[in-house]
Amino acid sequence: MNTAKKMIRVANAQGFWGDSLLGPKRLVEEGPVDYLTFDYLSEITMSIMQKQRMRDPESGYARDFIKMLKMIMPQCRDKGIKLIANAAGVNAPACLAATKQALSEIGLSGVRIGIVEGDDILDRLDSLANEGEELVNMDTGAALASVKDDVISANVYIGAASIVEALQQGADIVITGRASDPSLAVAPLAYEFGWSFEDYDKIAAATVLGHIIECGPQCTGGNYTDWRDVQDFAHIGFPVVEAYEDGSFIVTKHDGTGGLINVESVTSQLLYELGDPARYLSPDCVADFTTIQMEQDGPNRVRVHGVKGLPATDSFKVSMSYANGYKILATLCIGGPDAIEKAHIVSDMVFSRMKMLGADIPAEDRFLELFGSNVLYKGIVESPDQPHEILMRLGAKGMDANKLNVMSSEIAPVLTSGPPGITGFAAGRSRASEVVGYWPALIGKDKIKTTVKVEEV
Amino acid sequence: MATKQVKLMDIALARSGDKGNGSNVGVIARSPEIYAYLDKELTAARVADHFSEIALGGVTRYDLPNLNAFNFILEESLGGGGTETLITDAQGKVHGLALLHMVVKIDESLLLTIKHD
Repeated sequence: MNTAKKMIRVANAQGFWGDSLLGPKRLVEEGPVDYLTFDYLSEITMSIMQKQRMRDPESGYARDFIKMLKMIMPQCRDKGIKLIANAAGVNAPACLAATKQALSEIGLSGVRIGIVEGDDILDRLDSLANEGEELVNMDTGAALASVKDDVISANVYIGAASIVEALQQGADIVITGRASDPSLAVAPLAYEFGWSFEDYDKIAAATVLGHIIECGPQCTGGNYTDWRDVQDFAHIGFPVVEAYEDGSFIVTKHDGTGGLINVESVTSQLLYELGDPARYLSPDCVADFTTIQMEQDGPNRVRVHGVKGLPATDSFKVSMSYANGYKILATLCIGGPDAIEKAHIVSDMVFSRMKMLGADIPAEDRFLELFGSNVLYKGIVESPDQPHEILMRLGAKGMDANKLNVMSSEIAPVLTSGPPGITGFAAGRSRASEVVGYWPALIGKDKIKTTVKVEEV
Repeated sequence: MATKQVKLMDIALARSGDKGNGSNVGVIARSPEIYAYLDKELTAARVADHFSEIALGGVTRYDLPNLNAFNFILEESLGGGGTETLITDAQGKVHGLALLHMVVKIDESLLLTIKHD
């Protein structure tokens, strides 16, 4: 039995795989917090982790998390802070083993670790096909059969229910595979306040909370239009949310940290990667963002309330990645005058020479971007006639990596055999890399069974 | 009433990111009065025209009047998808600032509705 609390503090310590290690360290040191969430996974991350696992069966999870645990776990233990992380990636057993190892290295015992599995359906694709799950591409409508043999990873976005179960079993650390980003924050609220998943408005409010904090400081002044109003980017505060039993919450950050929290900075993040605002789909509910109310509640505090929700749909989203050939990218700097004209001559020259070497690249697979000639605001601001310098990004795509790699040998020779003013070859030869295609699909919820295991170390 | 030419940046804020093969741009008006003005001015068609060389698959607008905000979906704006493309802005990170470069004509009285704190 958990006694219902009036307010809990949930903070996001990692907005993505590769976020600053200072996030969790500062959050545990700089102010009060009850739960830390770590959001490591994105579409591309799953395929990278699956490839790592193919090379090394002991990898395929967020190793950063282990580093972080050693850094913060003693303090988390003292302060009773619980951790929820989708750090398992595509290898929960290895992540669990590494977590245990890390805790033993820093001499901690009596810690309960929960593992949530069942999101990885890569090994089930054949049997699911036999059961009639077509997994058609949500964006294109194409049938999975066209790429099935090239699939690298296949994971279901699972919800908060299994994380709640792990917390109910006393877990101090909950590690999941592809739990959806907002679900990491929904779980501690549902657990602490004893919410039913049929209390749609509250689950939707927690989903909005999770969406606001899932990218870390992007809601506390990072990437904000009025950046001159933002104090001290180096010490920008990671988001801390004070959540209440009635579903309302306050987005804030620890005292003394940098950044800026106002209605506009929080709304900016609310709009990030948003589709139809009236139907924000998560595995836990459908949240209606057109019902959200927000107001300033003192300096660097924004109150959010009024969120309405609907029952979740009867399907989970599946995120799959598949091998889709290769790409290569080479860069050179070209000084003016006539930098743009010279860049086109260099591009033609490299592709002609590749053809002479038996590596003909069809026009539609060639890529040329002249950075400095107005790439980012193409058609929006006036392009300079004569940029003094440009960064030439020359590339190609194709199914044959060896053919693409011919490009890398024909870049440097341009310096001595092409037009003048070309430099910046210091980075050395580039190599063709794999192109990973993204395949979003839906799957019936009845086909997915998540498992929860909690053990003490 | 006197009108003035301003950049959208003077009367709104924006944030953008990737959505599959496209991107989304969230726009927040700097006052409810400006939201009402942008509701008429900042149509999907006008934004599509602004991004004619970037958003190759058209633009859809959603409204969030509760937050004085709009959400624009820019289709086919990433040169072939976030994981596959070779373009620099593969995730549409600057599409928000790109939209804020738009020049609009606005009643000067509306500019006075912006609070500076």
